[in-house]
Amino acid sequence: MEINILEHIIIPIIKILFIAHLLIIGVMAMIWSERRVSGWIQDRLGPNRVGPQGLLQPIADGIKFLFKEDLIPNHVDKPLYVLAPAMLLIPAMITIAVVPFGSAITIAGIDIPLQIADLNIGILYILAITSLGVYGVVIGAWASNNKYSLLGGLRSSAQMISYELTLGLGIIGVLMLTDLPEEMLTKLGVDAVNPLSLRHIAYSQGVYPWNIFVHFPAFLAFTTAMFAETNRLPFDLAEAEQELVAGYHTEYSSMKFAIFFMAEYMNMIVGSAVIVTLFLGGWHFFGLENIGGEGSILSGLISFTIFFIKTGIFLFVFIWVRWSLPRFRYDQLMNFGWKFLLPVALTSIVVTGTLFIATNGNRLWIGLGNLVAAFIVVAIVAGMLALDNNSKSDTQSTHTAAPLRGLDAVE
Amino acid sequence: MNAEMILFFIFGAISLIGAIAVISFRHPIYSALSLIVTFFSQAGLFVLLGAHFVAAVQVIVYAGAIMVLFLFVIMLLNLGTLSAQGALSGKLKGVAIVFAILLAAQGVFIAVNALKNTAVATAEASTETITTYKIGELLFTKYLLPFEVASLILLAALIGVIVLVKREGQTES
Repeated sequence: MEINILEHIIIPIIKILFIAHLLIIGVMAMIWSERRVSGWIQDRLGPNRVGPQGLLQPIADGIKFLFKEDLIPNHVDKPLYVLAPAMLLIPAMITIAVVPFGSAITIAGIDIPLQIADLNIGILYILAITSLGVYGVVIGAWASNNKYSLLGGLRSSAQMISYELTLGLGIIGVLMLTDLPEEMLTKLGVDAVNPLSLRHIAYSQGVYPWNIFVHFPAFLAFTTAMFAETNRLPFDLAEAEQELVAGYHTEYSSMKFAIFFMAEYMNMIVGSAVIVTLFLGGWHFFGLENIGGEGSILSGLISFTIFFIKTGIFLFVFIWVRWSLPRFRYDQLMNFGWKFLLPVALTSIVVTGTLFIATNGNRLWIGLGNLVAAFIVVAIVAGMLALDNNSKSDTQSTHTAAPLRGLDAVE
Repeated sequence: MNAEMILFFIFGAISLIGAIAVISFRHPIYSALSLIVTFFSQAGLFVLLGAHFVAAVQVIVYAGAIMVLFLFVIMLLNLGTLSAQGALSGKLKGVAIVFAILLAAQGVFIAVNALKNTAVATAEASTETITTYKIGELLFTKYLLPFEVASLILLAALIGVIVLVKREGQTES
């Protein structure tokens, strides 16, 4: 293979630098908007003194973190204690590499897809890297040598393993229906559609309806699992301030503490971008992305803007949920993951596959079937849980107090 | 020496260092982490072979899921540092020596064969990527029986776990 310096080296580096900087600026914007939006939700002002509308607050915070003493307690396991924040930050950063942030532009005869790397296992790469993110939390918790941190780490690892299943199963319906017409394939220069490539998934949603309309239950399950993977409220049992001080980062201070938070916000941004690509049509918005002709710089810019706005809206949902919902109890968290989300994700696979054959790929029927089936499954599970609770409370009324099942098992 | 060769040596070296570290560290957490490093660099080697799917599965299953459980157990039991004598004692030492000799013989055999048969040693590995589509097609046609047998074994393991846990729960109530 001949290597063209401009095409294979310079342009990828520009793309990487652009996205990496966008991520870091995005983290600062997220910190500001989280505090302002939470203020708005709680009917107070939030930080509004540093710069216009408090926009420079994240920079002030960053400077404060940098100049604080970098304290390493005596009782910690030093190498792992130092390594843990990086182990959380790096997976969060490198996941974005396979997310397409726009269509393609053509400059001077070179076709530039707006994506850092279009791996043929794109979606598996995301699952693989996300599954590595848990080590940062677990190692940080263990190395701190503090019982509250350790409890946070244990909770986090159990939670991540449980919700990763839903994360993986929720997308299979999407992959099954990813398809491109012949002329699109020839335009992209491939012989067959590759459903694992995020680029093909996004293109497919330009031709067919967005996946959220076809796979609504899977979308809800995937989004919930994504919330759990990012360790955000209502799933922030790993840091639960009221019970565990600050959970896995109790012993961290200064910039190391800040890195844990940067990783959390980066995970949110990447998670939103992945959800937008998989379910919300990627950079498509009812033909708006094709203004100026395909491959033109204008169309590339518009598609990037659409993707950017969609991700931003979804990030707002992240904040909105955090400041609206209370935290799950540990047994509720496990019940919810295993008894509601996992059956919904599994049903979506079965129903999508069956209806795809039965209705010859009619997406309207598949969408309706998915909704009905998910509703039935949730009703059955809820009914069984209600029956179970009834019989339990009957037998337990003779005893003194009902123990919190699940809580004692882990703690 | 092209880029792939350089990457091969980097990943090979990292996975060897990781593997040695697994058995040299006295602390189980460090050993488990070294094992993750080894798994991860093996995934890199799979990518160099064009087996992208296997690489992803290696990271998802081994580095991502199984090792998290390992760490979970180690942390839950709070295993301390192993003492020098405690690690290898009595019968285990004999077993370890037998396995070490077997593995060494295997390694020497492969190395000698590779050197004798220079065609194999210098042959370019197929750079064609094996797509997931092809793997799926093979699994559901040529290798259908082994695939189904493997899934039955996994199912048996799943049921076994549930039975084991269930029995404990019943005695409790």
